[in-house]
Amino acid sequence: MMTIKEKEQKIEELNLKISELKLIEENEGIDFQEQIEELNDKIKEIEDLIVKEMTPWDRVLTSREKKRPTALEYIQEIFEDFVELHGDRYFGDDKAIVGGIARIDDFKVTVIGEQKGMNTKDNIYRNFGMPAPEGYRKALRLMKQAEKFNRPIITFIDTPGAFCGVSAEERGQGEAIARNLMEMAGLKVPVISFIIGEGGSGGALAVAVSDKIYMLENSIYGVLSPEGFASILWKDGSRAQEAADVMKITAEDLADLKIIDGIIKEPVGGAHKDFKKVSTSVKEIILSELESLTKLNNSELVNKRYERFRAFGEFKIVE
Amino acid sequence: MPIGELFRKNYKYIELTKKNEAGKLEGEEKAVPSIPDDLLIKCPSCSEKLYKEALAENMYCCTACGHHFRINAKERLQEIADEGSFEEIDRTMVSVNTLDYPEYEKKIASYQEKSGNYDGVVTGTCSIEGHKVVIGVMDSTFMMGSMGSVVGEKITRAIEMADAEKLPLVIFTASGGARMQEGIMSLMQMAKTSSALKRFSDNGGLYITVITDPTTGGVTASFAMLGDIIIGEKGALIGFAGKRVIEQTIKQKLPDEFQTVEFLLEHGFIDAIAPREELKELLARILSLHQEVQ
Repeated sequence: MMTIKEKEQKIEELNLKISELKLIEENEGIDFQEQIEELNDKIKEIEDLIVKEMTPWDRVLTSREKKRPTALEYIQEIFEDFVELHGDRYFGDDKAIVGGIARIDDFKVTVIGEQKGMNTKDNIYRNFGMPAPEGYRKALRLMKQAEKFNRPIITFIDTPGAFCGVSAEERGQGEAIARNLMEMAGLKVPVISFIIGEGGSGGALAVAVSDKIYMLENSIYGVLSPEGFASILWKDGSRAQEAADVMKITAEDLADLKIIDGIIKEPVGGAHKDFKKVSTSVKEIILSELESLTKLNNSELVNKRYERFRAFGEFKIVE
Repeated sequence: MPIGELFRKNYKYIELTKKNEAGKLEGEEKAVPSIPDDLLIKCPSCSEKLYKEALAENMYCCTACGHHFRINAKERLQEIADEGSFEEIDRTMVSVNTLDYPEYEKKIASYQEKSGNYDGVVTGTCSIEGHKVVIGVMDSTFMMGSMGSVVGEKITRAIEMADAEKLPLVIFTASGGARMQEGIMSLMQMAKTSSALKRFSDNGGLYITVITDPTTGGVTASFAMLGDIIIGEKGALIGFAGKRVIEQTIKQKLPDEFQTVEFLLEHGFIDAIAPREELKELLARILSLHQEVQ
């Protein structure tokens, strides 16, 4: 059986073949219509197979794909007049979280994103999208600022997890995340979140105590990475694929559990294959949600958000 | 670790360690204090042999060096609550197998049998030197005090009860973090408990956290660090990421005091530290500075 990568390669080869035929058609005036249609059918067939055979682990890999569009790319594509704002006002400016103010149609909003690098060098600069405590504090500062000026907040989530290290512990990673969870619960402006890649545990949740949460089809959201899950529960990090199967971290699973509000379709192969299309879908959702959420008054909004998170949990009472 | 940090000079506690054959860092396995049924018990800190009975009388603190042994929720309540004042709520709440995780029910059942409790936290009301409070005590002997739906729900109900009855809230934390077997639902408990604390705080409620050994992960990153006043029990471990995870990531051995309440006090994240024998008096004093005994 071909892997997804091999199937994608095959599609690329077939597409190249089609281009060749079209070129010959144009230059030599020969009609290849039938052959081209045949090739197109073949492509469709492989694409369907990819979608059908997509396992949770395939989605994990797609969510981490190097070419996957990052938060800043969505921000630049969707919003106008973006002004990036830096720093937490206490310690520094974390590069793994970006934020600022911007415009989308007639709405003025605050935008916050967990930012992975777009290449290796950038990834080092962005600490691979693993925010430090000052990143979460920057996010909170911008959210409080949004509340002051009555701006809705849009967050983009894409992190393997909050940074784990000596410096993070010294500066209170736990406190920073906890504070965000608590303060987000009380924000008097609408908060809409998009999980665009990896939704790694508390590091993701710290910017996702939101009124509406959407996931891209091939993004993941979980209590920790499949590698971490396998290593903690089975003492064997190499069983990550198996872990992905049981963890319920795909958009579909999380929609079933009502953790998220909706799934954004991606082209076969992932969001990078047709970024324009994916970002347009995201934009449409932002606009329609803003339309309805801005109609709620402050206390309706806060109460609804409270009820949403209050309801999470499965338990029973025995006698 | 970001590569850039390699070149910074701020590592005052770098110690390079060799790996042994098993690939583990040297000195990684620290003896976990536990209380077996034997008559004598060896202190993991000073190696003194202690009579179990004498140890219990001394609040499970080593009579020679003062090392604090881990204690379960029942023992903690005996030390903190005025005699006969504790009334438990939500005692029989039990978890369900959200992920259909193999053998999860069996595992829970065995812990229930061992501990006499239904999950990792005991909640209720009690008085502390006459001050009525809502109290929650996490129990590290129940699946490492990990937080799943039950722990999250019981903590949330305790917060809501304190809010409704205008009582102070005291929570003793002890947890390995989120309960992996309950997946995303355990992550959501962080948001749920923190949301409830936001309401309680906005309504003027007093919340005191007592950090006990060990407090890590999702509990640190939610209600443990959200107290109006945060007290650490002497020597308790507290951190976000597991020490072993950090050591494996940065390939360095971390010093003993890293991620202790003393370390957090030094870095400004905890208000005060007290040895076990002084905790009750300290709690009572703080409570009396907020409201008189009624």
